[in-house]
Amino acid sequence: MASERLKVAVWRGAASGAFRDYEVPRHPSQTVLDVVTHIQRHLDPTLAYRYACRVGMCGSCAMTVNGVPRWTCRTHVDKVGETLEIGPLRNLPVIRDLVVDMREFFDKWARAKGEFRGRATKQDDFARISPLSEDRKQADAGIECIGCGVCYAACDVVKWSPDYLGPAALNRAWTLVSDARDGATIERLRAVAGDAGCHACHSHVSCTERCPKRLSPTAGIAGLKRAVARAVLRGEL
Amino acid sequence: MSYKAQAALWIAQRASAAVLAACVAVHLVTIVYAVRGGLSADEILARTRGNAAWLAFYSLFVLAATVHAPIGLRSVLGEWLRWRGRSRDLALLLFAMLLAWSGMRAVLAVFA
Repeated sequence: MASERLKVAVWRGAASGAFRDYEVPRHPSQTVLDVVTHIQRHLDPTLAYRYACRVGMCGSCAMTVNGVPRWTCRTHVDKVGETLEIGPLRNLPVIRDLVVDMREFFDKWARAKGEFRGRATKQDDFARISPLSEDRKQADAGIECIGCGVCYAACDVVKWSPDYLGPAALNRAWTLVSDARDGATIERLRAVAGDAGCHACHSHVSCTERCPKRLSPTAGIAGLKRAVARAVLRGEL
Repeated sequence: MSYKAQAALWIAQRASAAVLAACVAVHLVTIVYAVRGGLSADEILARTRGNAAWLAFYSLFVLAATVHAPIGLRSVLGEWLRWRGRSRDLALLLFAMLLAWSGMRAVLAVFA
């Protein structure tokens, strides 16, 4: 550990505001969330931030750390730098300090038809899906999303086109399009086609680069583009 | 523009990109061949004039560029200048027509 004290600049305010400097004690295996929590509990109780599980499951503690969107509960200070600059996630309205309004992010999941729509009834037997089938493997590759918003904050297309559904919503749509039990594929492809959907993606791969769960929304979006193209050519859309 | 039309534009851009990749490769190889062979402008024109194969090839090249470039520019205008809607698409249609006209003018100049 280079220093016993850590210099931290934390965003205070909403859309307009400024970074405020703090000094916190350094500890072994200290996470960025530990740092923010120390500031709130010992230095400035008015600091607003959001977290829940602290173990990388709930997706609520994502922030911009030294310019990069990260899940702060699993980001060790050692891995980030000698000093920290912590701000709210990009591409989402700031409510206060490190808390952003996630409504638009999750509304877009709904707009992308991100809910499972089963084709079977309760009278039907269990669906037997081989985990080795190509469709299931594609769905499994994207299914572990925790909805943290890191990919959304990392995406330049979201910044340039506010209507764009974004990597997380499209990744969710792709897992459902790849799910043999789902019965709303065409409706979903209609929802994700076009300028506000998968066709807006330029494959910058920022979402894939930053995803803390190491998912690849880029691959899912490419899959959606292929699925939409097939549906258009077959006249199904 | 409907989502179907937007999806069709994406397909058209991908297809035209594949055509352009082949056309650019043939075009570059032809340039290198002509320059290394020391052909003069007159000698090149002697080979292209009245040659239906070159006419067809470069017409395809122009068509692919006419389809490809305005679709790409559509995204650039939308994302960087926030220019969206019907006016953008009409402007790009005019741009496509300009590309087709100027491209075919050049093709016909070395054919006729």
